[in-house]
Amino acid sequence: MAKNLYDKLWDAHVVRENDDGTCLVYIDRHLVHEVTSPQAFEGLRIAGRKPWRRDSILAVPDHNVPTLGRAEGIADPVSRLQVETLDENCRHFGLTEFTMEDPRQGIVHVIGPEQGATLPGMTVVCGDSHTSTHGAFGALAFGIGTSEVEHVLATQCLVLKKSRSMLVQVDGLLAPGVTAKDLALAIIGEIGTAGGTGHCIEYRGEAISALSMEGRMTLCNMAIESGARSGIVAVDDVTIDYLASRPFAPSGAEWDAAVSAWRELHSDDGADFDALITIDAASIRPQVTWGTSPEMVATIDGRVPMLEDIANPDRRHDVERALEYMGLKPGQAIRDIKVDKVFIGSCTNSRIEDLRAAAAAIRGGHVAAKVQALVVPGSGLVKQQAESEGLDKVFIAAGFEWREPGCSMCLAMNADRLEPGERCASTSNRNFEGRQGAGGRTRRVGPAVAAAAAIAGHFVDVTEEVA
Amino acid sequence: MERFETLEGVVAPIDRANVDTDAIIPKQFLKSIKRSGFGPNLFDEWRYLDRGEPDVDNSTRPVNPDFVLNQPRFRNARILVVRENFGCGSSREHAVWALEDFGIRAVIGSSFADIFYNNCFKNGVLPIVLDAAQVAGIFDLVAKHDGLTLKIDLPEQVIELPDGGRIEFSIEPFRKECLLKGLDEIGLTLAHADEIKAYEARRREQAPWLFAAGEK
Repeated sequence: MAKNLYDKLWDAHVVRENDDGTCLVYIDRHLVHEVTSPQAFEGLRIAGRKPWRRDSILAVPDHNVPTLGRAEGIADPVSRLQVETLDENCRHFGLTEFTMEDPRQGIVHVIGPEQGATLPGMTVVCGDSHTSTHGAFGALAFGIGTSEVEHVLATQCLVLKKSRSMLVQVDGLLAPGVTAKDLALAIIGEIGTAGGTGHCIEYRGEAISALSMEGRMTLCNMAIESGARSGIVAVDDVTIDYLASRPFAPSGAEWDAAVSAWRELHSDDGADFDALITIDAASIRPQVTWGTSPEMVATIDGRVPMLEDIANPDRRHDVERALEYMGLKPGQAIRDIKVDKVFIGSCTNSRIEDLRAAAAAIRGGHVAAKVQALVVPGSGLVKQQAESEGLDKVFIAAGFEWREPGCSMCLAMNADRLEPGERCASTSNRNFEGRQGAGGRTRRVGPAVAAAAAIAGHFVDVTEEVA
Repeated sequence: MERFETLEGVVAPIDRANVDTDAIIPKQFLKSIKRSGFGPNLFDEWRYLDRGEPDVDNSTRPVNPDFVLNQPRFRNARILVVRENFGCGSSREHAVWALEDFGIRAVIGSSFADIFYNNCFKNGVLPIVLDAAQVAGIFDLVAKHDGLTLKIDLPEQVIELPDGGRIEFSIEPFRKECLLKGLDEIGLTLAHADEIKAYEARRREQAPWLFAAGEK
């Protein structure tokens, strides 16, 4: 019978099927960070248990790390204790960790693929919802809670019920200047924040094949914002070229064997899906979120909705509340929305291609008066690469701040945050109330739109300039 | 994990769709390395008028009198009734720890985000999925009562209303058993250790690259 990619990944990892239809599923790669692991390690110690397979684990501190003055350590004692607790747990249990001082340190979802620790055909978990990112490699990757982190540490398995499958078929090609981020936001706008709940989404089609691995990671990263724990893309030459000679990837004869196995990681012709969505790539314009939920999104040349256009009273109430929080008027043009801060970074958009796109959008301009703009590379290696290309100089000359890698202002667990009422153009993934700091107002965009907004002080259509 | 059999308690309404885990427990409280003590910061940004920080005495902070859990009749709520897609966003289990620490042992809604839903069961909190119309009915009842009390009977899988009405709900048998007995799921999985080892041996043969240690 024809199988879809999710079926193949699932079937290859079932250790046993329980009577009630749940399965014991084997986990190949366990990524660990400081925020969601301390209670899991504590549970392990209390029960006198040990990690089942230490070599499956790669740990890194990312959420709490400072992006300035790292040599002086972490000023906030609560943040510092959390990072030190990760260091201590990794030492105690003998786990591989890229500590804060390691040049390879970075956001867990950037360094996994960068190291080749994420490979096609794997199951990949992390105590972080954006683990869906790793599905870009034809891996089954999903976020888990801390109790499940402990479960994987202790047993290398999870008890799961198979999800339903959804195919998001993206036909045609994205227009110049339109990115994977815009595609991701447009899909969420189409299916809603719960549209993918209970599903594993496979992204497929001409526009997906044309994306780089960075673009595919951006797209899969945002699967969770449509409710899907996992997003996946089939393996092709782009995937294999990206992985060749990465530190954790196989080499020699084992590489050849792996590649031939990875070539099977696609949905068979005629495979069924439980749900199907079709998107016309050419129709997608750069996207900007205006509200407090990922689905509250408009095109850059669009407007904030008019309340009278919303028929459903519950939805109208939600939009009204979002506009009040965001300080926006119904019908306001997106281009008229001003920004106070700009954040280019996060596990969604902090890879080399994102930094190149942002730098290119500066076009000799300078950050507008009273705007603070941060560029936070996704990892130490991304930072090095960008510096070798001279991107840091472009950013700094234009008035951007060039920072050390970490999660930073995506969720403001370190010192980088919005003040109440501040408006931010952010390349991150969530525009929830208070996400980037209590009272902060997040508009999510792609890297070029963010950089252009920093220069103009408000949103501008980057595709007009491209054309 | 605390066992869950029956629960009788006041229901508080959270009348908003897509409540995310950032709203349930804001990020600054995630710096804790403990599992307990999150209750005073449940819904922190909606509940208080100032900005909450870890290690602050919450009893002296100005509260938002309009927020539902600050109203006297809901202060001792044990159950929440919520709108669709509750618990979306971040995987933080701290959201469930905060609910549980506040005293909430059951959440009734028409849909939940997947990771949040899973996390509930790991902490003795019962998420109950009902039809949107049934959930709307409970919201109406809450509005008509001065502190509506519901009884949830897990063995019978039924919610008992004060007027004698009964609403049945479904739950996966394995999850039900774990809640009823307060089972340690890790212990249950380790009972299959031989099967896990056999799978590993098989897999190591087929795909040895999955077991490489990588660079240190």
